[in-house]
Amino acid sequence: MISVEHLTKCYGDFMAVQDLSFEIDEGHVYGFLGPNGAGKTTTMNIMTGCLSATEGHVRIDGYDIFEEPYKAKKLIGYLPEHPPLYMNETPLEYLRFVGEAKGLRGAELKRQIEDVMERTRITNVRNRRISELSKGYKQRVGIAQALLGNPKVIILDEPTVGLDPIQILEIRDLIKELGRTHTVIFSSHILSEVQAICDRIIMIARGKLVAFGDRDDLEKMLMRPNEIIITSDASAESIKEILGGVSHITDLQFEEKGPGYVTAHVSTDHENIYDISRAIFTAFAEKGQALLEMTLKKANLEDVFIELTERSVNDANAPESQNAEPAESEVDGQ
Amino acid sequence: MIAVFKHELKSYFHSLTAYVFGAFLLAFVGVGSMLYNLQAAVSNFEFVLSFGCLIFVLIIPILTMRVISEERKQKTDQLLYSLPISTTDVVVGKYLALLVIYLIPLCIISIYPLIFKRFGDVYLLTSYGSILAFFILGAALISIGVFISSLTENQGLAAGISVALILLNYYSVSLSEYVSSTAMGTVIALCVLILALGAVIRYLTKNENLAYGVCIVLILAVAAVTYFDVKKFEGLLPNIMKTLSLFERFYAFVNGVFDMTAIVYYLTVIAFFLFLSVQSLEKRRYN
Repeated sequence: MISVEHLTKCYGDFMAVQDLSFEIDEGHVYGFLGPNGAGKTTTMNIMTGCLSATEGHVRIDGYDIFEEPYKAKKLIGYLPEHPPLYMNETPLEYLRFVGEAKGLRGAELKRQIEDVMERTRITNVRNRRISELSKGYKQRVGIAQALLGNPKVIILDEPTVGLDPIQILEIRDLIKELGRTHTVIFSSHILSEVQAICDRIIMIARGKLVAFGDRDDLEKMLMRPNEIIITSDASAESIKEILGGVSHITDLQFEEKGPGYVTAHVSTDHENIYDISRAIFTAFAEKGQALLEMTLKKANLEDVFIELTERSVNDANAPESQNAEPAESEVDGQ
Repeated sequence: MIAVFKHELKSYFHSLTAYVFGAFLLAFVGVGSMLYNLQAAVSNFEFVLSFGCLIFVLIIPILTMRVISEERKQKTDQLLYSLPISTTDVVVGKYLALLVIYLIPLCIISIYPLIFKRFGDVYLLTSYGSILAFFILGAALISIGVFISSLTENQGLAAGISVALILLNYYSVSLSEYVSSTAMGTVIALCVLILALGAVIRYLTKNENLAYGVCIVLILAVAAVTYFDVKKFEGLLPNIMKTLSLFERFYAFVNGVFDMTAIVYYLTVIAFFLFLSVQSLEKRRYN
């Protein structure tokens, strides 16, 4: 559907996007994830033909966006970060202009405008000036514009930024709904949002691709070891000794929690975290020590995200020292 | 292109701009014809137009200042880039809309000679020849305004630069008499102009090597001509100013000459500045 090949974009000396490649398949909702300044907007602007690339290609259904922009752009609906609205027009006038520019005429134009207004639920404000609309409604008008011409792919750049929580939920529902009929790519720096809506994730940091794939696969593949937090009145040394007999423990860190109590963070790479918690419980019981508290902390995408982005930052800054750090913490755990 | 044209036209009538433009033009030409045709009882309508073209200094910038800069400011240029229309479509569509807005008051103005004809001898051929030239002169100035509007996202700045440029063009012939016509003066002026051109190229393309290259080549050319035949430069600067003046060519029509070269010159100016506007919009994609 969309193939991005070795995309690079430089602003003077600054590399906003570096050698980015990925493929978008039809019929999925893609989350384009990255911290602020990672190059999300730049990439989306290039994919939609708003910006040129320094190097690389973007093909939409085989049409190169730079060489056959007319055919390629007909397949895309784009909502930029700031919805490009003419403030002194009504949604109806605005949509009519966009529809005509997309080559729709007469009855077909009317039908499609009615249709997208229905889908984005802006029919009731159709004759009010856009400048008077709330931010949520403005965003919807922007999405309606992207839907005109029935493009195969809808690209939305941070569509929920600056909205209140109820509006955010409404826009998310709308995106989910669109996902049933279109391929949707939307960018965000909020992980929970991407987790809630997307089935595939593209993660970038500092202009580089750090992860790409199914949301569930990504969670499984990149999850940090799950963590069990235990509190006990035994000393740190004896906890270390007790846990010595438990396998699959990759990291162990202690924290003083008031006089006589110690909290230990136990990391594990075992698939089933309950196996480990059972083993810990038995180990403590055998030694006659009490477990005062035991909490299971499952890794989520947030952790994956932070780790991946930090890793890529470390890669960029000091590629050599990066290997040393995990090794140290492992020694700590033994 | 049709979509952009219709949209632009509608948006101009949504705002006051089109009405202000039309009102100013009609008022000024109206006052002119009252003074010349009614009070002084001159039967030549073309003199009114030659008086009227001064108002271009004010109203063309009002008309063109927001045409592209507003798109940038409201970030709607992103929409235009992402729609399946070319930058040429956008620029030409907008330009045609401006021409229509300009044509409406002009249609009213072209009734005047017919009215005067009822009360005396009016030579219609020169009147309408001048009205046509008046239209093309305005069209050329509008294309300059469009280009300036495409350079900045600040409407006020666009209007200011347009006023300055059109005013300079209006007075360039009178100014040319005060400009040094000696060879040395011309050489210095040319060098300054070349450096200014280099600065513009650098601003537009963000390519320092190209700007320096163009400057060096042109300055070398000037130096070579200075070395071999310095007499060629005598009186060149005033001549250039006279040749570039859009208004000066219009006065030929007022004097009853239908000057085809002037028409061609105006059309060239239009094509040139529209081309530059397209490039200036395209450049945003490559910055």
